[in-house]
This record gives sequence, structure tokens and C-alpha cells, in this order.
Amino acid sequence: MNKPIRTVSIFFMLLFLALMINATYYQFVAAGSLDDRPENRRVKEAAYSSERGAILVGRTPIAESTAVDDEYKFLRSYKSPFLYAPVTGYFSFGSSSGIESSQNQVLSGDDPRLFIGNLVDLLSNNAPKGGSVQLTLDPDAQRAAYDGLAALGDGVEGSVVAIEPSTGKILAMVSLPTFDPNNLATHDFAARDETYQRLLKDKSEPLLNRAIQKRLFPGSTFKVVTAAAALESGKYDGPDDVVPGGDTFQLPQTSGASGLVDNEGRTCPAEGLTLRRAMEQSCNTTFAQLAIEVGSEGMLRQAEKFGFNSDYLDDLDGQVRSVFPSELTPPEVGQSGFGQFEVQATPLQMAMVAAAIANKGVVMRPYIVDEVQQADFDAEQTQPEELSRAISEDTARTLTDVLVSTVDEGTAEPAQIEDVEVAGKTGTAQRGVAGEPPYGWFISFAPASDADVAVAVMIEEAPGQEIAGGRLGGPIAKAVMEAILQ
Amino acid sequence: MSPGAPAPQAGSSVLMGFVHRRRRGAELFLLVLALAVGVGGYAAVGLGVQGKVPPDIIGYGGWLAALMVGAHVVVRLVAPYADPVLLPVVAALNGLGLAVIHRIDLTEQTDFARQQLTWMTLGVVLFAGTLVLLRDHRVLARFTYTCGLLAIVLLLLPMAPVVGRTINGARIWINVGPFSFQPGEVAKVLLVVAFAGYLVLHRDALALAGRRVLFVDLPRGRDLGPIVAMWLVSLGILVFQKDLGSSLLFFGLFLLMLYVATERPGWLVVGALLFSAGAVAGYHLFGHVRVRVDTWLHPFEYYNNPDGADSFQLVEGLFGLAYGGLIGRGFGDGDPTRVPYAESDFIMASIGEELGLTGIIAVLLLYGIVVERALRTALISRDGFGKLMATGLASIFGLQLFVVVGGVTRLIPLTGLTTSFLSYGGSSLVASWVIVALLLRISDQARRPVPGLEPVDETAQAEEATQVIKVGRS
Repeated sequence: MNKPIRTVSIFFMLLFLALMINATYYQFVAAGSLDDRPENRRVKEAAYSSERGAILVGRTPIAESTAVDDEYKFLRSYKSPFLYAPVTGYFSFGSSSGIESSQNQVLSGDDPRLFIGNLVDLLSNNAPKGGSVQLTLDPDAQRAAYDGLAALGDGVEGSVVAIEPSTGKILAMVSLPTFDPNNLATHDFAARDETYQRLLKDKSEPLLNRAIQKRLFPGSTFKVVTAAAALESGKYDGPDDVVPGGDTFQLPQTSGASGLVDNEGRTCPAEGLTLRRAMEQSCNTTFAQLAIEVGSEGMLRQAEKFGFNSDYLDDLDGQVRSVFPSELTPPEVGQSGFGQFEVQATPLQMAMVAAAIANKGVVMRPYIVDEVQQADFDAEQTQPEELSRAISEDTARTLTDVLVSTVDEGTAEPAQIEDVEVAGKTGTAQRGVAGEPPYGWFISFAPASDADVAVAVMIEEAPGQEIAGGRLGGPIAKAVMEAILQ
Repeated sequence: MSPGAPAPQAGSSVLMGFVHRRRRGAELFLLVLALAVGVGGYAAVGLGVQGKVPPDIIGYGGWLAALMVGAHVVVRLVAPYADPVLLPVVAALNGLGLAVIHRIDLTEQTDFARQQLTWMTLGVVLFAGTLVLLRDHRVLARFTYTCGLLAIVLLLLPMAPVVGRTINGARIWINVGPFSFQPGEVAKVLLVVAFAGYLVLHRDALALAGRRVLFVDLPRGRDLGPIVAMWLVSLGILVFQKDLGSSLLFFGLFLLMLYVATERPGWLVVGALLFSAGAVAGYHLFGHVRVRVDTWLHPFEYYNNPDGADSFQLVEGLFGLAYGGLIGRGFGDGDPTRVPYAESDFIMASIGEELGLTGIIAVLLLYGIVVERALRTALISRDGFGKLMATGLASIFGLQLFVVVGGVTRLIPLTGLTTSFLSYGGSSLVASWVIVALLLRISDQARRPVPGLEPVDETAQAEEATQVIKVGRS
């Protein structure tokens, strides 16, 4: 009987071998795809139950995982929730937004840059811990921007963005209305769903980060781009060159009131008007004519050099492109010259325009993640990156000169800071709907000669206030700049 | 009995010149390692889940040590030549099982590990009792038909109205006082005895008659009786008790023993055909078979399926295995309790999740050693009954493990069987310890030096006679 017994033992060996190969398949070969299956709540819950890294502003964690005594072990909690919500986003079971979403790999500890730290955790038998994300935000500037915008009253909708011109670091990013991410991070999923549905249905869109996700007519702030294009075209050379003007300007190929550009009562003589004066008085007639002189092609090229029609923000998801349309007819180009027609920009984009002028013409890629850290060592610091050269150094110098005059002598007066040279421009954009209030804009940077900060303020709604870019936006921009310059 | 070998005798069996060493010291050393697995596992569970070594580690470890040393002493006294590897390996598996069950307990707030330790104690007591009372396994050959009858009664018992119970859709349980008991676990041991007794007597008739078709010796029609009967019993278990796993196990067991007894691969062909016919018919006729096959082929389509066929358990088990990866999450860092029955049928998924592929392979290797040592015992056994019994007992472990682990890891359709020694479940654990006792008894007989020349042992002479007939055939 020994021969069949040997056969039986080979048979069993094959069975065991099959079991081992099969186990290897599921635990090694196919493990990744099984982990990623949508039904696999185990992996999701584990991710949700692990200690996530913190999101830091300065040395202070604005989002961190705190140990709690329930099945998910850690609760994500947000300090100053309303202040930072548009940036941090929220972290909930199965969904997240903002930095929580875009930097999830780091925060959860899965990022390959955190490999060494994970190895140390593994060897020292510590529970794996996510890496933390250091933001570029300046807490004082953020607070100043938030307080300034919120002070406009209940129901205000708007956004403030501040950038360090030489690097592209985002120093402040505020969007109102905002929300409390703690209510979305809660482990009480029923309450969370209710909150989420309420936020989704809210007409004022509190989940929107207006700084990067809302584009509006930039209005007169866009005149800076038009001026840049005119100067770059070579036809104009300095701040005191004479530019076209006039109390009214009839757009080409039009007749009647709808094609007639005026200056809303500001003085813009037809003869001898300098670029400096035209900017101070925000002369629509001047910039319509300058844009037509540059042409559709030239205006498009200049706008795109500043970042229009492109994606440049890698650190946060959902940045919408600012728009400058192509192949415009002359009357359309004219309207675009003062930021109407179909030109639309996000607050971040307008901050980048101001920052480029402040940075001698060079646009830096905006970024908000300063550093990725794990435990005691820094894993990686973000290096500033040049995005494009928007204008020549000469053009930048001329524009700075003009914008300083606009703050000193013209419409942007509210942004004046004692003993500091400030450059700025207001904007009040018509919605194109009769009876609706305009959007208010304000862009500025300081100190004008070597700027530390460039700011864009956008006010979409301010119930009970008469919206004018300078009057409402100017003081906010001033407060933010002061917070940085102190 | 003296370990010294008698002088080699010319003309006698080749085994005469070779004497197996007792190797009891080796067994004791390996038992210490097994104890380290059990107690170390228990401590690791405490550290991983609660962050501290369990406070009762001394008492627990002491109890485990006492059981192992007790078993060792009994083997040393009454089966000194028994295989030295089997006992430590199953002790390690049992200890690991206890640790994993304890880990599930800590999450589920259950008390299965304590009950399992009680069952283990009963198992070791019966292990010792079997070795002490049964000094020669050939005695069992006298009870061939008694065992067969008893096995059939036990298999039918769950169908009886008062004592029978249906748990999780399978009617394989009976009530014994406050406990539920699976008589099928005892029945499989009795069946091995009955098969071995029957086959050792009828193997020549089954082997010699028949005709040759396509290089395969097919048996005579009239000799098909026993295999058809066994096939019907298996189908009966499948149909009436809805116990796919046991059905497969009993039929496979009988087929392998029949093949070893007759040395005729033709029986395997017949058996495989019968099995295939039964499987195809079962798939088309019975909903519970179809459900198992469908969820096996398309597990993700039936995940959390509300109407009946639900692959939740299987898929969650696979997710657990994947999550464990190569080295596992470590005790306490996985989520094995997502899988229903993580402490019994799906204990391999729990091990895979927290101890990883490493743990799974280690466990499979340990079982491989058990099967290998049991078949080795069959090889060196000096009597046909012992060979067949050892083969049968080895097949129980091997087939049962393949069916349950293959089911959990989606190699074959999922069927409900316990993982011997690891799974929570008293009937299975106690029966497994008795099986090991029987294997040790057979190996003790096989490895024991052949008694001196004069006077020649009666039974040994009978064996010699059998051998002569065999030589004529092969």
C-alpha cells in the first residue's frame, strides 16, 4: 500500500501548494486592487481612524486629530474654524475638501516622501502617524483680512487674497460666507449629513472657496493689465506719456447709448491726459481706446502672461481658470479694456497681477503648502517657482509709479499707509444686469519699491452697503498690508 | 522495553536491522517552542489590543504548560516510540488558535477563548485517555461494523426532532445538556476506523477483479456497492443537513482510503465521476449549493446582496487578507471582526489580516507537517489496518484544511468546516485531539522495535503471512 500512500502525500502537497499560491495572490499580488475597491470600508475606516497629521499656520495647528474614545479613535478638530475653513476644507468619512483633500497623501502618511518616518514608526512599533502640512499663511494677515471683510456686515460675500510677490507664497486667503468644518468632521454622521445638505443648498455657497473658485468681472482693476499691454506694445513709454481720453467714447461699430463709454463723472480730458492721470481717475474712455489700440491678440497675450486661461495652483484642488476671451471684435476689446464684457478673474488671479508688477514683472507660481513635515524632521520645503515674465522691468516700474499715484492722489486713496509707499487700484464692475449692485474690487501692494505683500479684495455682495471698490475694499487691503509690514 | 536492538536476523524484514529512536527529548524541546507560540501569542494580543500584557498571563501560561507537559508525560509513559513532531505541532496550532480567539474576544466582548481552553483541556484529557486505554490500535479492527453503525447513527442524530438543532442553516448539531455538539466530528473518526477495517478485509476483492479500459483498471460492477453507498451517504448529508463541507470531506476521505487499500487509480476515476455528477446535480437541484457556487464565482456582485445570496463574509474576508498584506497589521491593528465568524470558520482570515501572508504560510506549513507526519506513519506502519487508519486520519486533516482554507481564500466554493485546532468549536477540537492520539498510537506501534526472535509474536506472524501474499501481486 506504500505506493498509493506516496501518491496521496504528493496529492496533499499539491493541495497545500495551491492554498499557498492562492493566499499569496490575494495578500500580495491583488492586495492593492482589493484595498482600492469601493466596497472596502475596512481601508476607508482605517484611514479615518488613524492619527492624521496636523495642518499648521505659523506654529499653531489649525486642524489636528485629537484622540477620542469611540470606534474611530481620532476626531479631526479645527481651531478658528470659520477663519481657515476655505483653505483647510473639511475631513469627513468618505469625503473631504481643501488642503485635507489635496494633501491627503501627506496627512494620512501615505506620501512616499514620508517613507523614512514610516520606517522609523514601523521599527519602533509606534502606530503610524501622518505627516503635517505647514501652510504659507500669515495668521495676522489672515485675521486682518477676515475681520475686515466680516465687518462689512451680515450676508457679506467676498474674498481676500494676499501674496508675497517675490515667492508666490499665499499669505492670506479668506472667503465669506464660510462654514465650520468641525460640524462636517463629526462622528455623528446623521448630523453631518444634515449639515452638509444645508450647506449645499445655501444660496450664498458657503462651501465655495471664492478666492480660487469664483470668477467675476474684474472691472477697473483690469485696467492695470490693459496699461501693461499698452506699455509693452512700445507705443507708450512712461507714466507721463499722453494717452487718449475724453468724457465719452463711442465704441467702434456701435451707435447710441449702449456703445457709449463714459467715466461716471470723473474728469478725463480729451487732450493732454497722461497715463498717470488716467489711472488716478480710472478713465474708462482711456483704457477702452488703449485696448483697441493693442488689439484682441495683444490683450489676450498680455492677460495670459499674467495667468489668465490657465491652471497654476497645485496645492488646492478646484482652482477655476480666469478668462480672457479670444478673437474679440473691436467694441468687445474696448469693453474688455476696463474689465467688462466677458473678462473674468478670480481674486487669486488679480492678486497675482498686482504681485507680478511688484516683483518687477515676474509672475511667481502661487503656493500655500510651505513645508511637509513628519515628527521631528522636515520632509520637504516647497521651492518658489517662476511661472512667467508678464512684463518688462521698465513696464513694471512705470506701472508701479502710476499705481502709487493712484493711491496718493486718485481713487485708491483709502489704502494709504503712513510712511509707506503703497501702489493700488480700485475696481467697481457692473454685473450687466440692470438694478443689481456692482462688484467691488481692490488690488494693491506695498512697499511700492520692494513689495512684501500684494493683496486683492473682492466683494460680491454686501447687503446694506453701497459697493464701491475703493471705499469698501481699500481699508481691508490696507489692514492686510499693515499686518504683513509690521 | 529495552531500546537496544536485537541482533539482525537474516531473512527477516528489512526493518529488523533499524530501530527508531524514541526522541522524547526532542518532543519536549519542540513543546517548549509550541508553548512559546501559545503564551507569546497571548501576550502579543494583550500588548497589541490593550497595550499591556494580560494580567492572567501567568495563570494562562501555566495552564497551557501543564496541559502540554501532561500530554508529553503520558506519551513518554505509554507511547514512548510515538512520532515526536506531531504533538508539538498541534499544540502550537492550538495555542495560536487560542490567542487569535482571545484577540477576537477583546473586540467582541465575548468569552470564547476561555471556553476553548476548557475544550482544549477536555481534548488533552481524552488524548491521554485514548493513549492509556488503547495500547494497540489493531484492537479497533474488531469494532469495524460497530463503528460504522455508530457513525451513521451520529450522522443521523441531528435530524432527530428533539435533540437536533439547526445553526446557521446547517442541521449538524445536537443538544447535550447545556451544550451543542456536532456529532459529525466524532463520526468522521469512527468512519475512518470503519473504512480501514472494511477495506483491509476486502481490498483484494476490490483490487483484483475488474477490466481494463483505456489504461485504467475499472472495478467490477458488483464491487461498486460500498462506494455507491458512501456516495449516497454523502449526498444525504448534503441534501438533508445542507452541510456541503462534511459531505465533501466524507466522500473524499472514503475515496482516498479506497485508493490506498486497492492501489487502483480506477477507483479515483469512478469516484471523481460520481462526485462530479453529484456536484452538477446539486448545483441544479439545491438552492444552497447554487448560492455557494455563484457567490464564489462572482463575489463582488453578491456583496451585501439583500435577497439571499450574500457574499459579504467571503468578500470581507478577502479584504481582510489584502489589508494584512505580507506581514500583517499586527494584533489589534486590523479589523478582523468585520468578518462574521472571525473566531471559527473564518479564523484564517483573521490570521491573514493581523499576521499577514507570513502567518498564513506558517500555519499552512504546520498543517503540512501534521499531514506529512501522519502519512509517514502510514508508510512505516507494519499492518494494513494501521496504514489505512493513518492515511484516513491524515486525509481528514488535509482535506478539511483544504476545504475550509480554500473556501475562505476563494480557491473553491465556501463551505462550513472548522480549521482543526485553530477554530473556536469544542466538538472539532476534542475530536482533533483524539485523532492525534490515534496517530501517535499507530506511530508508536510502527516505530517500536520488533520484539525479539523467540517467541515470534502471533500478530507479527500474521503480518508476515499477509506480506507473502502481497509479494506475489506486486
